[in-house]
Amino acid sequence: MSVPERMTEVRRRLASWEGALLVLIVGTWAVASALVDGFAETSNLSFILIDVTEIAIMAITLTLVVIAAEIDLSIASTLGLSCAVIGYLWNAGWPIERIFPVALCVGALCGALNGVLVTRLGLPSLAVTIGTLALYRGLAYVILGDTAVADFPPRYTGWATGRIPGTPIPYPILLVAALAVIVGVLLHASPLGRAIYALGYNEEAARFAGVRVKRIKFWLFVASGVFAALAGIVYTLRFSSARADNGAGLELAVVAAVLLGGVSIFGGRGTLPGVLAGVLLFGIVRNALILADVSNEVLNFVTGVLLIISVLAPNLAGAIRRGRAATPTPPPTTINTEGTPAS
Amino acid sequence: MKGFSFSAAAVASVTSLTLVAAGCGGTTKNDVKSQGGPAPSSAKANPNAPIKKGLKIAFLPKQINNPYFTIADKGGTGAVSELGGAGKEVGPSDAAASSQVSYINTLIQQRQDAIVISANDPNAVAPSLKQAMGQGIKVVTYDSDAAPDARNLFINQASAEDLGRTEVQQIAKQIGDKGEIAILSATPNATNQNSWIKFMKDELTKPQYAGMKLVKVAYGNDDDQKSFTETQGLLKSYPNLKGIISPTTVGIAAAARYLSSSKYKGKVKLTGLGTPNQMRKFVKDGTVDAFELWNPADLGYLGAYAAAAIASGQITGAPGEKFKAGKLGEKAVGQNGEVLLGPPTVFTKDNIDDFNF
Repeated sequence: MSVPERMTEVRRRLASWEGALLVLIVGTWAVASALVDGFAETSNLSFILIDVTEIAIMAITLTLVVIAAEIDLSIASTLGLSCAVIGYLWNAGWPIERIFPVALCVGALCGALNGVLVTRLGLPSLAVTIGTLALYRGLAYVILGDTAVADFPPRYTGWATGRIPGTPIPYPILLVAALAVIVGVLLHASPLGRAIYALGYNEEAARFAGVRVKRIKFWLFVASGVFAALAGIVYTLRFSSARADNGAGLELAVVAAVLLGGVSIFGGRGTLPGVLAGVLLFGIVRNALILADVSNEVLNFVTGVLLIISVLAPNLAGAIRRGRAATPTPPPTTINTEGTPAS
Repeated sequence: MKGFSFSAAAVASVTSLTLVAAGCGGTTKNDVKSQGGPAPSSAKANPNAPIKKGLKIAFLPKQINNPYFTIADKGGTGAVSELGGAGKEVGPSDAAASSQVSYINTLIQQRQDAIVISANDPNAVAPSLKQAMGQGIKVVTYDSDAAPDARNLFINQASAEDLGRTEVQQIAKQIGDKGEIAILSATPNATNQNSWIKFMKDELTKPQYAGMKLVKVAYGNDDDQKSFTETQGLLKSYPNLKGIISPTTVGIAAAARYLSSSKYKGKVKLTGLGTPNQMRKFVKDGTVDAFELWNPADLGYLGAYAAAAIASGQITGAPGEKFKAGKLGEKAVGQNGEVLLGPPTVFTKDNIDDFNF
């Protein structure tokens, strides 16, 4: 298959996966509206949206990282570290406007450490970020201990919990939308975006084509850290509570949403609109189940099932398509020496 | 390595630039005054109003599948049924600060008449609770209070002062007023544990406890395994430890489990708050002499009656108002919208078999 052919094939598949997601969202929405009291109300829409804010922010950059065939599991811990730094400096009497940029810098440094370990020392990102997952969370506890810091200025907490007057849209969603547009344009309509796909699809080929693989990957990790720290700021303001355990375990939800959004865990495939649809579907399912008084254990079970299905489904779909495509072509003569048809 | 040094330099310069750009000025901690007192209510109480029929009252514990809350919420939902309403228990399976928020939002969406909640983090739940109150939902806290302006009533299981002081008196009696003691608490920001510990420390300043020394407050985070290892750590770090106070049901059970299987059994005394069913074994095998607790089922029961009374307009949450609380008799609203359950019960090997919860 030539490269352009492959690209159209990828596009077609992505289009269909996003189509499937859209159908799923509409379907879930319809079923939940019919069966669950109070689901189909505008106030509930704002609850769904606000509950996925931090997941959405972190999913935006994780999408890029996974497309580049890497993973960042340390994001929720970076969020926690960002919260701890905010709490510590706020207690120390720093103005909040000065604390925010510092928190973002801490996120950048967290991402930079991941990036250096992965790109310069050549370590697998899965192992590196599992390590920093524990490291950053531990650091958060060192900084803030077991205390909780509250009493943030109402001007900012009000923004994080408020809605645009007359609409069900929470203010933080504006932030998510702005970030999504910027990163979306970068990924889908810029040379850098094409380079990210190329290096995720085939790193070797991308390098020969002149893509600066390591540098791009390094900056993707930095971006992931910054976005996680930003999610930490939103989290702190939304709950008016900075604690070292903020967002513990959230990385699973983010990974689930990204994979559900159709990003291939092997890299090179996926779109940002798909991921945003994945985040939304995740939020809708959770909200509908809680509203229907489904117990928390079942909820965790459903999250796990969604995660496995989202990894399995694209692979199954691919296998079926390959199977169909293989039928009309004559059986290969050189590779398959035993004469059984390839499946 | 050329790319690396470029990247590193870039990160460093961006970092220092933002630090400089952040500059001075802005909103600091001192600019923010915390607001106190329960939310003002404009409504007038009508003590003779009948309890409304079909009230929807939801219990939102810190954590579901926690035996203590299971008992409390059973007492609560039972009382709601007595009153002809629909009661239920919902909640997260982890005790993280923010997990309760989406449940509060859901209860708003379900248009409950009242929410009875034990707050994991008094500030994290406040915005959502205020939103609930804004929609006419009555908010009653039990076990662990939320920010006072984010609820109508707080059902206090026992006055913090009573509990804190009696626990010190208990341990002093058991160790003969002499020696090192430690506290094994829940989470460091647990509202109730911290106020009890404050009174424990105050009680310890009295002259009769001059021979006693509080060496450490450890935190088991209401996690069985963590509480177990914290106990182990306490005994290792303080070989002269004579007694442990654990003012949390998870902590005392884990500490008792460790002590009963160690050489310290019967030598290092343990008291605190526990449930009779959890502690029966340890009281009978001599690990624990005495511990105390209020009846959690009564706590939930009172929460339900208070919620029903305020949702029916019998009370508004103002000090001095009274309402009937079924088998518990008449209860009064105190300062800050607090309703007191009553003094705790002390359990020993002589009376523990009279209780089954």
